[in-house]
This record gives sequence, structure tokens and C-alpha cells, in this order.
Amino acid sequence: MQLSDQRSIKADPATVWAAILDPEVLKACIPGCESISGNPQDGFEAVVVQKVGPVKARFTGQVTLSEMVPEEGLKITGEGKGGPAGFAKGSAQVTMAREGEGTLLTYAVDAHVGGKLAQLGSRIIDSFTRKMADQFFERFQQAVEGPEEEVELAEAEPGAEAPATEKKGWFKRIVSR
Amino acid sequence: MPKDGGIGASTKRREDIRFLTGKGRYTADINLRGQAFACFLRSDVAHGRINGIDTSAAAEMPGVLAILTGEDFKEVGGNPTGWLVQSRNGETMKEPKRPVLAHGKVRHVGDAYAMVIAETFEQAQDACDAITADIEELPAIVDMAAAVADASNRVHDEISDNIVFDWGWIEDNRAAVDAAFAAAPHVTTLELVNNRLSPNPMEPRASIGDFDPGTGDYKLYTTSQNPHLSRLLISAFVMGIPENKLTVIAPDVGGGFGSKIYHYGEEAAVLAASKLLNRPVKWVCDRSEAFMTDAHGRDHVTKIELATDMEGNFLALRTETLANVGAYLSNFATCTPTFLHGTLMAGPYKTPHVYVNVKAVFTNTVPVDAYRGAGRPEATYSIERVIDKAARELGLDPWELRAKNFLTTDQFPYTTPVGLVYDTGNYHATLDKLGEMIDRNGFEARVAESRARGKLRGFGLSTWIEACGIAPSNLVGVLGARVGLFDSATVRVNATGNISVLVGAHSHGQGHETVFAQVISDKLGVPASSIEIVHGDTSKIPFGMGTYGSRSLAVCGSAMVKAADKIIAKGKKIAAHMLEASEDDIVFEDGAFSVTGTDKQKTFGEIAFSAYVPHNYPLETLEPGLEETAFYDPSNFTYPAGAYGCEVEVDAETGRVEIVSFTCADDFGNVINPMIVEGQVHGGVAQGIGQALMESVRYNEDGQLLTGSYMDYAMPRADDLPNITVDHSCATPCTHNPLGVKGCGEAGAIGSPPAVVNAVLDALHRGGITHVTHIDMPLTPSRVWAAING
Repeated sequence: MQLSDQRSIKADPATVWAAILDPEVLKACIPGCESISGNPQDGFEAVVVQKVGPVKARFTGQVTLSEMVPEEGLKITGEGKGGPAGFAKGSAQVTMAREGEGTLLTYAVDAHVGGKLAQLGSRIIDSFTRKMADQFFERFQQAVEGPEEEVELAEAEPGAEAPATEKKGWFKRIVSR
Repeated sequence: MPKDGGIGASTKRREDIRFLTGKGRYTADINLRGQAFACFLRSDVAHGRINGIDTSAAAEMPGVLAILTGEDFKEVGGNPTGWLVQSRNGETMKEPKRPVLAHGKVRHVGDAYAMVIAETFEQAQDACDAITADIEELPAIVDMAAAVADASNRVHDEISDNIVFDWGWIEDNRAAVDAAFAAAPHVTTLELVNNRLSPNPMEPRASIGDFDPGTGDYKLYTTSQNPHLSRLLISAFVMGIPENKLTVIAPDVGGGFGSKIYHYGEEAAVLAASKLLNRPVKWVCDRSEAFMTDAHGRDHVTKIELATDMEGNFLALRTETLANVGAYLSNFATCTPTFLHGTLMAGPYKTPHVYVNVKAVFTNTVPVDAYRGAGRPEATYSIERVIDKAARELGLDPWELRAKNFLTTDQFPYTTPVGLVYDTGNYHATLDKLGEMIDRNGFEARVAESRARGKLRGFGLSTWIEACGIAPSNLVGVLGARVGLFDSATVRVNATGNISVLVGAHSHGQGHETVFAQVISDKLGVPASSIEIVHGDTSKIPFGMGTYGSRSLAVCGSAMVKAADKIIAKGKKIAAHMLEASEDDIVFEDGAFSVTGTDKQKTFGEIAFSAYVPHNYPLETLEPGLEETAFYDPSNFTYPAGAYGCEVEVDAETGRVEIVSFTCADDFGNVINPMIVEGQVHGGVAQGIGQALMESVRYNEDGQLLTGSYMDYAMPRADDLPNITVDHSCATPCTHNPLGVKGCGEAGAIGSPPAVVNAVLDALHRGGITHVTHIDMPLTPSRVWAAING
């Protein structure tokens, strides 16, 4: 299936670009990601556990980044084998554009599944793919710019620094510290 | 009045007592001492090159006894094709090897490439999951037109165009057909898709291989519609096990609809594994496996053209079809779209010129083969749809247009332009009967009443004919069949007068145990309750060809009658001796042999007893015993026909179609059990309505099966179906078999899809939605809505 969407992220393209190349960010953003290793140049090895309809599977596979143009865009390609559940593979063409102080992230996702997963039927797979993509970019957005104010407050640990007037995602906090 | 329990009685199905009380014994119910379990590892890509299979981790798993791959079956034969078809240019069709387990390449999702045998099924399944295979995915070939247009990507590397054959029927007709089209005042053209279907018998396939190391004998318990055919294929082509060392047993089988005609690789695999391990090996298919391995049905893309004059007289008919055979040739994949399809293109009409072209195409999908109707539904759908379109274009009533072009009773026997000889029929009679049954005069009022409720009502007609009672062996031999299509029966009269009838046909839902007993009861005057029908075990029954193509009663029933006639003839000899009369003076009636014109008689039971206790018996001239076998090879096909009418209501706002009524006027020749005949028609119509409105197998562009469960493959349920009214009173008995029967098993599935689609289009046109000339099946609400709003 194919889907496309866009998100406005309150961070400049340089920050967004750095985030997208960071394995820790990827690990945090890929729903169900158990581990990830590697680097942007050689690609990443990832283990992802997901439940699709009645099928629960641990996917092991590669994530490669290509067509990389710093601060403008890249292509994220993933292919995972889920053992008896079948396989999933897909790509996201991501483009970044400066939008005022922030970045407009546009993505077009193309996803394919095979084996038992495919037999779950397009209704389940399409909605699952959409959910996965939404979650990924939602988490990415949060990682970069931080969650909503109240969430941030609720999560603030006692004795921690007073929240900055400008909310920061954990990634931004790390890079700006 | 029919005799109680004899021919013509609506005897209740005796087998239903065990089926409905859970006492049926299906293959999966059979557990043999010491059995191991098999699980198959199946491809999850549609097309790929097998670079390596690593079974080492799996082999270490608990309970694993053996792991076999395609490499292990490299030396055994392929699963053959039962019918050789020649292309128009005289070339023989392409026939790639179909291995027991995939070797070199996997060619469809579900293609098995490894097999694990373990102590339990769960262990086998776990070990399958531990096998790692390096399968290099290749682009999938899914769309037939694309497969033909660009054959740089090939399902079978050695077949350069992805085409099995390019068949013309009849090629010599072609010039005359083209000339008729060139001169025709009007030509109606229609392009349509006959949607791909999954057979979905209630019982999934299952097989148990049981090798006896003491005797060297093999036994295969399996879900087959034709155990002798399976034995022949396994023996002579695949495994090389001599037929006398292999017994195939198909016990109770829960439906087949064609899908259990074929020999499948799993059967050979469990036999081989059983030999390897010296243990029985059992495999039971799950529903997901069934969706991706049971041979699918239909899947034709057709362009049909009908040439007429302006008064609607049919002048010529021409079709071009792409027929999907899937990744491998299933046993009858080549005759289904050809000799079971092209030969029916004359329909019940006197169209003088007909030409059919079929290209069969390999794709990376499950093999496609015969499914209830097999080729004949495809033919009927094309013809009946184009006739309705022609009627609309010519401004003629589709009912009158058909009647005008029907063959008339004085034309039989009639040789069609596509090679069949219809022996008898009366197509006007069934059409008239349908007219009586459906209250044609009240239709306009019903349309108005529906309209008042915001619904569009329409009526659809379909008049169908099929060639069944398959088949005259010498004829099909000329046409390329590699098997004979006779059938056989042994009537074994036991010493105490009860009877075992051992039949070559196989009952997997048809009710043979009831109907066949009725025939023998009627013939021999023995109560049906004293007659046992034995089928499905090659070690018991004579060599028979099984059940498909609405053939059981017409072919095997005829063999039973022949065998019973031999019993009567022998009984007369015995009676003549016992009654001290001339054999010529003995008459057999109502279960008794008597000397004509006297009250001297011997009952059937007395004769039977005498045959086995031959104290007073003509031993010098006659062998003891009372058991006769007959083989029957039909001299022609049988030609049931009928007229089906469907009324629908369409909700133009949502595109939803509701079938209001479905009415069948059939000519099945003589009918043995009216209740069972009506039940067969009901079932067939339900499947036809399923095809017309709901069912469709879908693959995506990667060759992934999207309709792999009942979440996505819509089967009709009781509330999707109307009351179905069936009449079979317009009988023209078959002229060439002793019972005068024609066969009824497939009729409903053949005649109903075009009636439904014609009805929906009629509803739209009556509702002023005249831009819609065709909607491809299934007519789901979204398709109908899109057509209305397109």
C-alpha cells in the first residue's frame, strides 16, 4: 500500500536531519523496536516486535538510508523477516523543507507484506501500515520537539531543572545541553 | 407413483444420519498406531529462486524425525496433466514438471518447498519455522495480459512466452466465422472477467501415508473425489509404486467441488515419508493452507462478440479468452478452459458459426482447475451476458430473443458448430415453465412497488446447457485426454439376499449411498435398507473414475444398471433350473423370478441363497455365486439444460443488491430422487450467487494472496440467499444411457451467475441508469455504486 502525509516540526532542518540519522532516535521512533545497531552509512540492523491482527511476530531486518541530501531529505528502506508470520518491507521517501522557524516533513510510504501477514487482508494491513507510519512520525516529532506541555510537566521528575520556557524533546535536550 | 425407496422417491439421505450426528469418519479422524505428523514449509513470496535451504537448526528441534526438501524428490516424477491440448499452429502445449516439493524456484505463495515430519504436529510446525531458506525474490507475474505482453519474466524459465497453448476451436470454422462477422448487420461486443474463486469445501484436505514394511504395501488415506485416479497418477507418473502395492482410500469426504479431483504433492510426500520412517505420516491442511494451495476456479478474461441481423437472429459468435492456469498445470487445468468451455459456446442456440480462442497463461498464482461447472459456467456467463447486451442494443426483449434462437425439438440430434452432438432437449419448454413459475405478468407492478420504496427492481434471465456425464472415452481420447472416463460397479448379492454395491463413483456430499441404493432397489426389488453402497477404497471397488462433471449417476449409475441386468440374467438361469422351466419362460418382476403364465416362483432371496449354497444348482453350466461387475463407457455426453430467472432489488444509493427470488426450470432427464436433485440445484445456485455477488480471489501486484481467510474472501451465507424454487418437470430423458438421466450437480453454478448480473443491469436500466452496460463480478455494493456513479 502507499500513503503520504506531512508534519510540521518545531525545529530547524539541521536538528531534524541530525535526529533522523541517530540510531537511538530511530529505536525510539520505530514502534516495537527492541534493538537497533549500525550507522547511517552502512545501514542499521533492527529487531522489531509487532502484533498485526492475530499474528505476533519478531521481525529481524535491515534499515538502510539512501538518497541522502543533508537537511533536504532521504529515503528510509526497511526489510524485515518475521519467520512464520511472513515478511514486511517498505520505504519512506522523506523530504524536509524550512517552514518559518521549523521544518515541514513530508513523507511518502510504500509498504509490502508477504506470507501470513498478507493473508490478513488489506483492511488490516493498510490500517496497520498507516498506524505504524503515524506512530513513527508522531514519536519522531515528539523526540525532536518534545511532547505537549502537560505531558512534559507530568513527566518532569522532582528536583529536575525547571522546564524551560521553550519545550524541548529529549533529543533536542541532549543536543542543546 | 414411485416404489417406496425406488426410482423417483424423495428418500431422505441415509448418510446424513452419521454426518449430522458427528459420526462421519473423515481422513483427519483416522489415527494410525505410531503415526508421525507432517507440516509443510510454504513460500511466502510469489516467485523466487531457491538458493539454499538450511535445515540444520530445524533438524535439532525436539521430536523432529525427518526433513525433506525438493532436492529429495528431484528424481521422482512430476504430477502430470490429464489432457494434452494442441495449439492452433499444431504445436503441443507446454507442460513443465510439477514437482512434489518445489525445486529450483518457488512459483506461488503457498508453494511447498520443505516438509518436516515430527512426533507431533506442533513439533513439525515449530521445526518448519526454524528452517531458513535463502530465496531470492523475483518479480511476480500476476496479470495475464502483462505475462503475455512481456515474457522477459517467466514463471517457468524454459517457457519463453508464459503461454501453455493458444487453442482455436474449431480452427477450421474461423474463416467462416470471420466472414459472417464481416457481413453481419449488427455486432455486439462485450469484454468481461470471470472472477477467480476459491473452492472452500467444508473439509480441508488431509492425507495419511501408511507404508507396511512387512509386505511392502502402501496405503494412502486422502480427501479425494476419485481414489483410483489418484492411485493411477501416483503409481504411473509420480512415485512409481506399482498399483497393486498401493491402496488409496478416500473415506467420508466433506465436499470437493472439483478441488479434490486432483492429486496434490502432499499425498506423494506423506507416502514417501512413511516409507522413509516406517511409520504412518499424517498431514491435515489448515484453512489458510487451503486458500493458498487448493486449486482455484474460473479466472478468465474474455472478449465475446455476437453477430446478428436486425431482427435478432444469431449469425455468428466469436470469443477470445485468456485463461489463468496459475503456476503449474493441475491435472485437468488444460481441458477445463478448452474442451469443457469452448465446446459449450453454442449454448442452446442454433447459432450457425462459432469460433473460440483460448490462450492459457502461467502466472505466479495457485494452480487453477475445474470448480463446480468447470468451463461451462464461463461459457454460459459469456453467452448469456452478450445476448442481454445484444437485446438492449437491438431494442428486443431478451426473453423473446433467446426463444427465437433456441434449437427446436425437431432438430435433435443436433451437431453444434463446436463439435458436440446434443441428443435431446426442449429449451422452449423450460423457458415456458419458468414463465409460469415467476408470474411474468405481475412483474411491472412489482417494479412499481419497489420503486415506491426507493429500490430498483430488475429481472435477469439465463438459459443454460451443459455437457456432462463425462465422458465417452474414445471421443475424449481423440481430443487429448490421457485417461478413460468410463465408470464401474460391482453388484455383490450376498448369500442371505442383501446386497453390497461397490461403485467407482465417489460420494463427497452428493448422497450416492441413498440414490444408488434406490436404483438397485428398483432394479432388483430388494428393499433399499438391504443395500449397502461401498465406495472410496481401491482395494474394494472396481477401477472407477470417481465423481466430477455431474457424471456419477449417468456413468456409474449406468454401470450399476448393467451389473444388475447381469444379476437378473444369471438369476433367471438359476430360477429356470430350480423351477424346472426354460430360461426363456422366466420373468423377473418385483423381486421374484416366476415362470410366465404360472404361479411358480422363486424370490430373489431364494435365488441368492441357492447361488451360494448350490445344492440344487446347474453347476455343470453355471458358476456358483451371484456377483457381477460392469464397466460403462458412455456413447455421448448428456445435455441437461434449463432456464433460470432472478429478480433483484438494487439500492442505487448504496449499490447494494438484494436477490428477491431465484427460480429454476431444469431438464435433468429422469430424476431418481427429487429431493436430492433440488438440494443439488440449491447448492449450485448458492455458489453461483456467491460468484455473482460476493466471492473473488485477489492477489496484489506482488502475487500476495489478499483473500487468504474468511475475513476477506466473502462466502455466501443463508441470509445472502433467497428462497430458491426448482422445477424439473420438463424432462427429456437422455437417449443413450439406461436410466435416461443427465446429471444435476453443476447446473445451479452454471446457470445462475449470468441471471444475477443480467437482473442487476435490468434494474439499473429500468431505473434510468442506462450508461451501465456491464459490471464485472462480484457485484459488490462498491462496484455497483461505482458503475452507477461512473
